[in-house]
Amino acid sequence: MKGGLDRLKVVMDEAQEKQAQMTAATGPAPQTMLDVLQGFVHELRAAGLPVSMTENLDGMHAIEHVDLRDREVVRSVLAATMVKHQRHRAAFDTVFDVYFSLFSPAAEDRAALALPDELFGGMQGDMQGGGAGGDLSREELAEMLLRALQSMDMDELRRLAGMAVSQFAGMEPGRPVGGTYYLYRTLRQLDLDDLSARMMGQARDRGEIPDDPLQGRLAREEYEARVRELRRLVEEEIRRRLVADRGVEAMARTLRKPLPEDVDFMHASREEMLALQKAIQPLTRLLAARLAQRRRRRHRGHLDFRRTVRASMNYGGVPAEPKFRRPHPSKPEIMVVADISGSVASFARFTLQFVHAMASQFSRVRSWVFIDGIDEVTKFFEGTDDITEAVHKVNTEADVVWVDGHSDYGHAFSVFHDRHELEVTQKTSVIFLGDARNNYHASHNWVLQSLQKRARHVYWLNPEPRGYWDTGDSIISEYAKYCDGVFECRNLRQLERFVATIAEA
Amino acid sequence: MGERFASVDAVVARLREVDYLADGNIAGVTYLADRLEKPVLVEGPAGVGKTELAKAIAASTGSRLIRLQCYEGLDEAKALYEWNYKKQLLRIQADREHETSWEVVESDIFSEAFLLTRPLLEAIRAEEPIVLLIDEVDRVEIETEALLLEVLSDFQVSIPELGTIVGKQRPIVLLTSNNTRELSEALKRRCLFLHIDYPDVEREKEIVRVRVPEIDDQLAEQVARVVRSVRELDLKKSPSISETIDWARTLIYLGRSEISPEVLGDTLHVLLKYQSDIAKARKELVDGK
Repeated sequence: MKGGLDRLKVVMDEAQEKQAQMTAATGPAPQTMLDVLQGFVHELRAAGLPVSMTENLDGMHAIEHVDLRDREVVRSVLAATMVKHQRHRAAFDTVFDVYFSLFSPAAEDRAALALPDELFGGMQGDMQGGGAGGDLSREELAEMLLRALQSMDMDELRRLAGMAVSQFAGMEPGRPVGGTYYLYRTLRQLDLDDLSARMMGQARDRGEIPDDPLQGRLAREEYEARVRELRRLVEEEIRRRLVADRGVEAMARTLRKPLPEDVDFMHASREEMLALQKAIQPLTRLLAARLAQRRRRRHRGHLDFRRTVRASMNYGGVPAEPKFRRPHPSKPEIMVVADISGSVASFARFTLQFVHAMASQFSRVRSWVFIDGIDEVTKFFEGTDDITEAVHKVNTEADVVWVDGHSDYGHAFSVFHDRHELEVTQKTSVIFLGDARNNYHASHNWVLQSLQKRARHVYWLNPEPRGYWDTGDSIISEYAKYCDGVFECRNLRQLERFVATIAEA
Repeated sequence: MGERFASVDAVVARLREVDYLADGNIAGVTYLADRLEKPVLVEGPAGVGKTELAKAIAASTGSRLIRLQCYEGLDEAKALYEWNYKKQLLRIQADREHETSWEVVESDIFSEAFLLTRPLLEAIRAEEPIVLLIDEVDRVEIETEALLLEVLSDFQVSIPELGTIVGKQRPIVLLTSNNTRELSEALKRRCLFLHIDYPDVEREKEIVRVRVPEIDDQLAEQVARVVRSVRELDLKKSPSISETIDWARTLIYLGRSEISPEVLGDTLHVLLKYQSDIAKARKELVDGK
């Protein structure tokens, strides 16, 4: 143990020295490795990762055993001790990259870049280190990048990424813009799509790609993967410089993003929405398994006399091991009625997807979508395994416009009532999805009153924050009168909790 | 403190000797598990070599592998130990004529000879170095999970009739999970966490070359790239590493030296197991839609 601590101290001193060099001109006082680690854990918690006290200690023990100069090993041992959910890994990596960017492999041989005017050398256009000397034209740099990408020479690529950032990002110390801005500026100049297309072209000219679609596809994917790697290097480089400029804490704060389960449906970016889609499948599987298990074990079935007597033979006729029949609990039937007008569309689609993915936990799932007209969409989900395709069909084929394509809850509900009232039984739970923004039409909330009498439960999920309810044209409390529960449902965590509740009820 | 591996690089090298290609992450966590003497919870899609890792660690350290396969309904009696009730009954019946006193009979029927050791107890009592693999731990109920937790944290067990049995050594413990349910936070806290994903092209190519020695470099590269491409598709079940290897073998048996769309179309069923997946891959890769 002692050896480990001594070694830790030596490496810490080294790291300190390096950091002192790096930050001498920019201000923040040098920190020890343990300080860095504490700040790191603090930031992880701030980002929402549940790092416990023991895990924190484990992490500190862990790094005593590894070479601190090997950043990837440090990353994997810290992740192993502190991150216990794979879906939190991306958030961990972001924080790690910020906190340990000064220990990046590139940092070693580029101590010279640490002086601020050189860090942001792009303005003057002069290049230090790497022997490139002077300004390179865009074309020259692109040529060099192409060569490096063909041979996948990582050191060269890293060096070129550094040059590209110096030249194109136009970074200025203390300027309050995010990394994405610099990334955008650099990538626009590099034109990555063009790079991969040119690599394809060159390979084709050399006759490396036989003329069949499969080989073409494989080659394209390979080159795209390489270009992605270059993009990653550029991002890393920008982040490293920003951290050196602004300090670790400030940088980590600007990069903080909600965990996948906390992303707000209404304001999710396209990328976040894609990530959410990916999270659905494993999540529903987990939830389904948990519910099935709980349902099986909640009440045992009747005593199975025949099997009990059979088992007693093992114990000389003593019925030591009673056997029970498997219970056959009834599963609820679900009707989902979702508003898919613009403002809440992504929430509705997402929830439909979620509920249909959970179909095995219910005896039947039926769904309707509406704007001012209403249409049943169950058939799109039932015929296919491919939920994304089903959602696409809902978007394109469902007939939901009656007059003007502005939400009219009242009209949609009364049509629903006329057509399906008799199908709602004591086994049915009806779930309404929407923000109840009715464009000042009549609410027709007698529909819910009538349904509530027939159905097992009537629920309402609202994707708006509770504070906005009943403001403007939202008439959620009109409907809430006749619901067994109205829930705020803005993210995956809340949705998951709700589905668990109804499946158990 | 375990000293089975000298460094992270040594882990890579030693696992390589037994034909397991570990990436940096796997090697780092394995090394740490040895040093910190903590169990490792290994997660990841089916067929990425989670169980294989345990076998490889056992083989490379010359340890015996003890495996506890979990299933729903696994309990203490099947995981830890159980008294051999039938044998005890026989013993008591055989004794009737001799009129032995109850104390003698009791001390006799609760002795080693009547104890059925199950994998966990076997691991605790082992004299030689072992690797304990608790496979598919996500299938057991929460109560059994608590039992595992208790055994793993102290590595000892109390049998009322025999006293406390303390493990002579700390084995490397691996728990695998296919993530069919969320494990308890307590268990996760006590374990190191390792997520193994599908390998990148480089590593998969190496794996194919090691497992299918007769394959040449170029074909192995092609195999790995096609598999990456297939995994990019939105499938019910992506091809696992073992399926990649099976496919590479199939290509060798068929005497193919390169993969044309026709060859791929004819052998897709080795790689994919669902008809809808095969249809989708055929549409995307073979017909080049």
